[in-house]
Amino acid sequence: MASLNDLIVSNAAVERHRPWPRAVVSRKSWQQAADRLHSGEWSLLGLWGEPDWAHMAVTEPETHACAVLSVACEASRFPSIGALHAPAIRLERAMRDLVGLEPEGLADARPWLDHGKWERHPLGPARHSPAALRAYSFLAAEGESLHQIPVGPVHAGIIEPGHFRFTANGETVVRLEERLGYAHKGTESLMAGASIGRAAVLAGRVSGDSTVAFALAFSLAAEAALGVEVPPRAVWLRALLAELERLANHFGDIGAVCNDAAFAIMHAHCALLREQVLRTAETCFGHRLLMDRVIPGGIQRDITAESARALLALVANLRKRFPELVEVYDNTPSLKDRTVGTGILSPALAQRFAAGGFIGRASGRNFDARRTPGYAPYDRLQFEIPVVRAGDVNARVWIRISEVGQSLALIEQILDQLPSGSILAGAIAERSPHGREGVALVEGFRGDVLAWVRIAAGGSVERCHLRDPSWFQWPLLEAAIEGNIVADFPLCNKSFNCSYSGHDL
Amino acid sequence: MRKLLFKSLVQGPLTEPPPAADEAALAELAARVNQASRKRWGRTLSIREVDAGSCNGCELEIHALNNMLYDLERFGLRFVASPRHADVLLVTGPVTLNMREALERTYQATPEPRWVVAVGDCARDGGVFAGSYACAGGVSAVLPVDLHIPGCPPSPTALLGGLLALVESVSAEGS
Repeated sequence: MASLNDLIVSNAAVERHRPWPRAVVSRKSWQQAADRLHSGEWSLLGLWGEPDWAHMAVTEPETHACAVLSVACEASRFPSIGALHAPAIRLERAMRDLVGLEPEGLADARPWLDHGKWERHPLGPARHSPAALRAYSFLAAEGESLHQIPVGPVHAGIIEPGHFRFTANGETVVRLEERLGYAHKGTESLMAGASIGRAAVLAGRVSGDSTVAFALAFSLAAEAALGVEVPPRAVWLRALLAELERLANHFGDIGAVCNDAAFAIMHAHCALLREQVLRTAETCFGHRLLMDRVIPGGIQRDITAESARALLALVANLRKRFPELVEVYDNTPSLKDRTVGTGILSPALAQRFAAGGFIGRASGRNFDARRTPGYAPYDRLQFEIPVVRAGDVNARVWIRISEVGQSLALIEQILDQLPSGSILAGAIAERSPHGREGVALVEGFRGDVLAWVRIAAGGSVERCHLRDPSWFQWPLLEAAIEGNIVADFPLCNKSFNCSYSGHDL
Repeated sequence: MRKLLFKSLVQGPLTEPPPAADEAALAELAARVNQASRKRWGRTLSIREVDAGSCNGCELEIHALNNMLYDLERFGLRFVASPRHADVLLVTGPVTLNMREALERTYQATPEPRWVVAVGDCARDGGVFAGSYACAGGVSAVLPVDLHIPGCPPSPTALLGGLLALVESVSAEGS
């Protein structure tokens, strides 16, 4: 069978699309791509639409090749990928809602992001009045003594909005179905026509906990499109910001998982470590969550010698404090009893859905966008990608614990080798006679974030698509919870910690 | 673990002194708090947080209020799981149209007297999402708002300052 590269070579690669190639393919080749995804030769990185086009980003694990394939949509129709490859289903439902494209053969034609509250097809050629309100039909679960538990969109805790429909047999969950879209803000429509600067601000608010990852993914894609060279110091400091974000989120998650097993002391102490990271971020970069610190062309603020010392002191303190907590986690049988063997995600499913981040790596999928396709400065840094195969809550906690150690080491390396020089490229949005396109894949704390952007000739954003890792992780939570007890759902959910806002856009 | 517990016993509390009640918040609240509600509440308020489509940044900082350094509960403020137990709705996000009905229903489920605090720049006027086809554009477009705490997101200290102003207002003697 032809490799991804062969396919690109045999089709007309689109000019001015960087750094990966984009090829316009026939409907037949598009369908063959679905076969490749189905057989596991390729992994799906993203699927999105424009009024007359469907685009798909894929990677070939064997060759590490990445590419974007596009198929023309005659009469707004294209062959469904989801008909063969389940991870595409929700993305295609979103394409129907937002662009008005019809995936031919898609089995699940229920709306996804569109709840009948806004004009239909906001990204399509024309908007239509909202769909008539109809009750959403959840998938059936049949059998004796089954009962349903509806949860959300307003939850009991301080969490994002989403609806979970459990069907349970006594205490055991036989089916969980998610209904999402409550946090849909129309971000991609707001980005269309926006300046690159404003689009970066919006990208940084797709999912607040991953603001660095999204701002970085958008910036890398825009810079690739425009051929902007980012100064080395900014490249390295961006990685520093990304690792601080990873640390803060991992500390928060490790504590929160333990809290959902009613083990409050871990939560209290992890929250303290998280707070130390955020305060250092505030001191060194002027924002606790590091919003708007990564900007197209570089970064917003340089660090001083004093900041570097504060960061090293932070790393030293975390190295001292965190092992004590890991020991508590590892040596508390009552806690381990809750996390070990709970919410198992099989390696086969993680592979099929190309699950990123700790979810994939806890189920044997060795993938990290920092290494493949990889981006600077990680090619110059030493780090390991922890992978285990158990796939349970405990495994997802341990991957996070291991990644904390890696991030601490990365921060030290970055500070040690930090190049000098400016932190911002010159003018970036110069006019051009042509539209230009760029794509980037960045490893956020939760997994790989995809950004694709087309910059119009005038220098503004014409179309941008941002794909949160949660798109491929949410469906797996439905699989992982099956056969577990209802009371373990919070634990499983927290160990996944998918983003609602990032998914809903 | 024994080591950790022992250390916690001897090191003294990590909780930090509170910030002063936010002046701007006090001014905004002065007009809205009446004597009747003061009598009913005393100094304790139950808060129900509602994410009306935020990016989750505000939630992260609201979570931080519960950590040992800010320790919200020492002020008589605590988060509850149901709007039926709540005095205050703490609302984040630009109020997406997909969340509008859920927010309205949550408000209706909250017994009177009740307060609505809009947290973050999005909750004030839609923030960076203002003008979107999918957003109502701020909490006040949907519910009467008693207090705005600005910021993107507001820091835990700013959140504390605003909430302390609320406690001050509802517990002050006389009107």
